[in-house]
Amino acid sequence: MRSIRAAAVGAVTLSLALAASACGGGSSTGGGSNDEPTTLTYWASNQGASIEIDKKVLQPELDKFQKQTGIKVELEVVPWSDLLNRILTATTSGQGPDVLNIGNTWSASLQATGALLPWDAQNFGKIGGKDRFVASALGSTGAPGKDPAAVPLYSMAYALYYNKQIFADAGIAQPPATWAELTADAKKIQAEGKQALGAEGANVSENIHHVFVFAQQHGARFFTDDGKADFTDDGVVAAVKQYVDLMAADKVIPTGNAEYAQNQSVSDFAKGTTAMLLWQSASANLTSQGMSEDAYGIAPVPVQSGTPGTGTQVNSMVAGINLAVFKNTDNLDGATRFVKFMTSDEEQKILNKAYSTIPPVAGAQNDPAFSAPATAVLKNTLATSAAALPQVADESQFETTVGTAVKELFADAAAGRPVTTASVRAKLEKAQQQMPAK
Amino acid sequence: MTTTTAERPVGRSTPGAAPRGTPRRRPGRLRRAGLPYLLLLPALVLELLVHLVPMVIGIVMSFKELTQFYIRDWGTAPWSGFDNYRMSVDFDAPVGEALLHSFLVTVAFTLLSVGLCWLVGTAAAICMQDTFRGRGPLRALFLVPYALPVYAAVITWVFMFQRDNGLVNHVLHDQLHLTDQPSFWLIGDNSFWALLTVSVWKGWPFAFLIVMAGLQNIPRELYEAAALDGAGMWQQIRRITLPSLRPVNQVLVLVLFLWTFNDFNTPYVLFGRAAPQAADLISVHIYQASFVTWNFGTGSAMSVLLLLFLLVVTGVYLAVTSRGRRSADA
Amino acid sequence: MRSPAPTPPRTSPMAPPVSFLWTRRILLTLLAGFVLVPVYVMVSSSLKPLADVSGKFRWLPSGLTVRPYLDIWSTVPLARYFANSLIVAGAATACSVVVAVFAAYAVSRHRFRGKRVFTVTVLSTQMFPGILFLLPLFLLYVNIGNATGIALFGSRGGLILTYLTFSLPFSIWMLIGYFDSVPRDLDEAALVDGCGPLGALFRVVVPAAIPGIVAVAVYAFMTAWGEVLFASVMTDDTTRTLAVGLQGYSTLNDVYWNQIMAASLVVSVPVVAGFLLLQRYLVAGLTAGAVK
Repeated sequence: MRSIRAAAVGAVTLSLALAASACGGGSSTGGGSNDEPTTLTYWASNQGASIEIDKKVLQPELDKFQKQTGIKVELEVVPWSDLLNRILTATTSGQGPDVLNIGNTWSASLQATGALLPWDAQNFGKIGGKDRFVASALGSTGAPGKDPAAVPLYSMAYALYYNKQIFADAGIAQPPATWAELTADAKKIQAEGKQALGAEGANVSENIHHVFVFAQQHGARFFTDDGKADFTDDGVVAAVKQYVDLMAADKVIPTGNAEYAQNQSVSDFAKGTTAMLLWQSASANLTSQGMSEDAYGIAPVPVQSGTPGTGTQVNSMVAGINLAVFKNTDNLDGATRFVKFMTSDEEQKILNKAYSTIPPVAGAQNDPAFSAPATAVLKNTLATSAAALPQVADESQFETTVGTAVKELFADAAAGRPVTTASVRAKLEKAQQQMPAK
Repeated sequence: MTTTTAERPVGRSTPGAAPRGTPRRRPGRLRRAGLPYLLLLPALVLELLVHLVPMVIGIVMSFKELTQFYIRDWGTAPWSGFDNYRMSVDFDAPVGEALLHSFLVTVAFTLLSVGLCWLVGTAAAICMQDTFRGRGPLRALFLVPYALPVYAAVITWVFMFQRDNGLVNHVLHDQLHLTDQPSFWLIGDNSFWALLTVSVWKGWPFAFLIVMAGLQNIPRELYEAAALDGAGMWQQIRRITLPSLRPVNQVLVLVLFLWTFNDFNTPYVLFGRAAPQAADLISVHIYQASFVTWNFGTGSAMSVLLLLFLLVVTGVYLAVTSRGRRSADA
Repeated sequence: MRSPAPTPPRTSPMAPPVSFLWTRRILLTLLAGFVLVPVYVMVSSSLKPLADVSGKFRWLPSGLTVRPYLDIWSTVPLARYFANSLIVAGAATACSVVVAVFAAYAVSRHRFRGKRVFTVTVLSTQMFPGILFLLPLFLLYVNIGNATGIALFGSRGGLILTYLTFSLPFSIWMLIGYFDSVPRDLDEAALVDGCGPLGALFRVVVPAAIPGIVAVAVYAFMTAWGEVLFASVMTDDTTRTLAVGLQGYSTLNDVYWNQIMAASLVVSVPVVAGFLLLQRYLVAGLTAGAVK
C-alpha cells in the first residue's frame, strides 16, 4: 500500500503546485513594454460579408502601415461568435493580441477588467488628440468619468430601410416619422399582401438596441445614475412593451420573426417580402444579397412624435466598433502608432467606405462619399439623435438578461399568449434579479 | 429453458479465451514489477494534466468571487467561501431557481433521449440480426448520423426547424395540415422536442452499433435450444436476446447518460448562446453563467455541483445494476 | 485473427413469423426515412441558389447550381480548416491509441497495486462537465507555455493533447475488454520464445486485437473531429478546426445556407466513407471489447 500512498501524495503535490502556478494568472505580464518593436498582432472583428473579404479589405492597409513604419501586423479576423470569448480568455491569461476590435457596447465591461490600455490625455496626444473624434462616438468608449478604454473606429446608426416599390403600391408617399404613422402604414402594406416590418426577435443584442431606444423615448433609463440596474421602472416596462407590441398588439412585425436570430429579416427585406427594416448600415449587405440601391429608401427611425433629436427624441443607439490596445502589449509604441494609423483621416475614409459605416473621425466625415443620401441619414442620426448604451461595467450581463427577456416576450407573443404590462414587468424583474448584486 | 442466462456468453471471435482474473505466475515477474506502472504512466500523466489538475483549479475557482473585475489576475480575487454555492442552491432566488429549472429540464431531456436512443437502437439491431436483402447498405446508412460532424448535423436540423421556411412545418402544416398554423420549433415550448429529436437522431446509431456488437456474443445454441423447446421468435427475443444484453446495456446506458447529460455542442449549435427556457440544458446554462455573464466563480460552483450529482448517480447506478447482474448470473 | 470475424448470421431453425417480418419492415423503413431526410436536405440544399434556400422550403430545387461548391472555398479558408482538423484528429487518434494500448495491456496482463484506483479514476473523468475545466485548462496551458516555452495554447499541439484525453478513458476501457479476450497462452508462448513483455505486446497481442484497436481509433477520431467548445477558445485563425470553422458561413450579415450545406457535405464525405469502410472492424472490435 505504501506505493499507492506515495503516488497519491505525489499526484496531489504536483496538482497543487500546478494549480498554484496557474493562480498567478496574467499577473507576471503586467505593464506593457517595447520588447518586440517590429511586430503587432491585430484581432479584427468580422465587418464585411465574410472573413475572407475582411482580409482583402484590411491586408493592403496593413501592408501600407508596414511600409511606413517597418512594423509587421499579424492579422486575424475573429468571427463574432468567438470574439468575446477570445477576449475573455486573453484577458484571463494575459496571452492576447496587441491591438483588437471590440463592440463599442462592451467598452465599459472590458474596461472594468483592467486589461485594456486607458486612453488618457497623454495617449490621446499621441494619436492627434481627443477632439478629432465625434462626441457621440466617444460616448461609447467606457464608463463616464474614466479615461476611455478604446477609441472609436467605425460608427453605425440605425435607420429605417423601406422598399420603395411596396410603398408606392400601398399608396404611401413618405416613410413614417412616428410609430403611429408606421402602424397605420403597416395596415396599408399588409392590405397589399406584404409583411410590414422585419425584426430579429431571438437576437439578444438586436433586442437590447431597440428597447434601449424605446426607453429613451419614454424618458426612462435601465440604470440609475450611480450604475444600479433599474429594469422595472414604469417607463422601461412601457418601452419594452411598446417594442414587443409591434408584434403582439399592432401586428406590424410578423410572428415568424420571433425566432429570427441570424439576420433572416435582412434576407426577407432584400427579397421584397417585408416592406420595412430597422437596421444599422445595411447597404453593403443588401447589395450583396442582390437588392439594387434604387429599390430601397433610407429614413430616420420613427419617434413617438415630432422630429428626432436629443432626450426623448433619440432614435438610435450609437453603434460601432472600437479599437483597443491590450495593456500588457510588448510593443506599446507600435500599438499606439497603429491606432494612430487606423484613425487617420485617410485610412478612416478607406475603411469606412469599404464597410459602409460612418467615420467617427470628424476630419474624415467631410469626404463626399459620406454625404450621399444613404449615408447622410446615418451621419445625421449619429450627430444629432443617437445615444450611447449604458456605459456600466455590467453592460454585458444587462444585454444577456434583458435581451433574453425580450426574446421570451416575443416567443409569448408569437405563441398567441397575451403580453401585458404585468407579464413584461415580471420578465424584467426576473432579469434584474439575475444581475450581479451591488 | 429457465437457466439459459446462467452461462456467461462467450464471444465467437475469441475462441479459447482464458478465464479472467487468474494470471499465472511467470518466472522473473517480480523483476518487472515496475513495468505496469511504466505502461500506465503516459495515460496517468495526460489524465492528470488535462482533467484532474484543471478540475482542482476549477474547484478552487468555485470558492472565489471571480467576476470580470478579477479575471485578469484571478489570484487576487477575494475568497468568497461558500457564497457561490449558496447562491446556486438558493432555489427561492432567481439564480438558484433558474439553475433548478435547468437541472430538471436536463434530467427530463436526458432520460427521454437515452431511453429513446436505447429503444430505437436495440429494436433496429434486433431487426437486423438476420441477413436479408439490403442489410449491408441499410446498416451503413444507419451509421451516417453518428459519422457526421456535429456542427454539420445540427445546423441541418436548424435549417429544417425554421418556422416559415423549414421542412418540418412544410410537411406538418402545408402538406399534412396537422396544425392550424405553423409552429415554432427553435423558440418557445416546442424547442424541447426539437432538441430531443436532434439528440435522438444523432445518438441512436451509437446504441445500435453497441447492441449489434453485443448480439453477436450471444451463442447460437441458446436460440436453437429455445426453438427446440417451442419458443417463438418473440419469446426468443424476450427470454434470450434481452437478458443476454444486460451487461452491454449496463455500460451503454451509463455512457449514453453521461454524454447526453454533459452535451454542449448540440444545444449550443441549435439555439445559440441564449437557449429557450424549455430547452435550457445545464451545460449551456453554466456556459452562460460563466462566459456570457462573466461570473466564473458561480459557473464553477454550478459545475462542481453537477459533477457531484453525476458521481452520485453513477455510483448508485453501478451499485444497483451490478448487484442485479450478479444475482442474475448466480 | 488479422481480419475481423465475419458477422455470424443467426439463422434460427424456425422461420421468423409474419408479424415479426412486418414489424421489421415498417420499423426499418421509418428509421431509414428518419435518417435520410436530413441527409437529403443537406444534399439538395447544397445544390440550390441562395434565394431558394432562404425562401420557403421545397422538396425539389427550382434550379440546380454547383456555385455553392465553388464559393465555399473562398468564403472561409475551408481547405486550411480541413487540413487542421485532419492533423489534430489524426494525431490525437494515433497518440490516444498508443497510450490506451499501453495502459490497457498493463491492466489486462499485470497485477499491480492501484489497478482499481486507476481504472475507476480514468473512467470517472468521463463525468466531468467540459465547461468546468475549459478555463482552468486554458490557464494551465498558458502557464506551461510561459514556464517552458512550449506553446500549447493556440497551437495544434494543445488541442491534440486535449482531445486525446477525451477519448482515452473509453478507449482504455474498451481495449482492456479486448485484450482480456486475447488468449493469454499466446503471449506467454512469446515470452518463452524470448520476447520481452513489450515484444509480446507488439508481436502477439496487438496483431490479435486489430479489430478492437480500429474500433478505438474510429471512436477517438470522431470525438476529436466534432468538438466545438474547446476548439473555439483554443485555436486561432491558423489552427482553427472545421467544427468551428464551418460557423464562418453564418456571418454578421447573412447565413449562406447553401454553402453551409455544401461545406458540411464536402467535409463529411471522407469521414463518413472512412467510417463506413471500417464499420466491419468497428462491430467486430466492439463485440469483443466494450460489450463484454
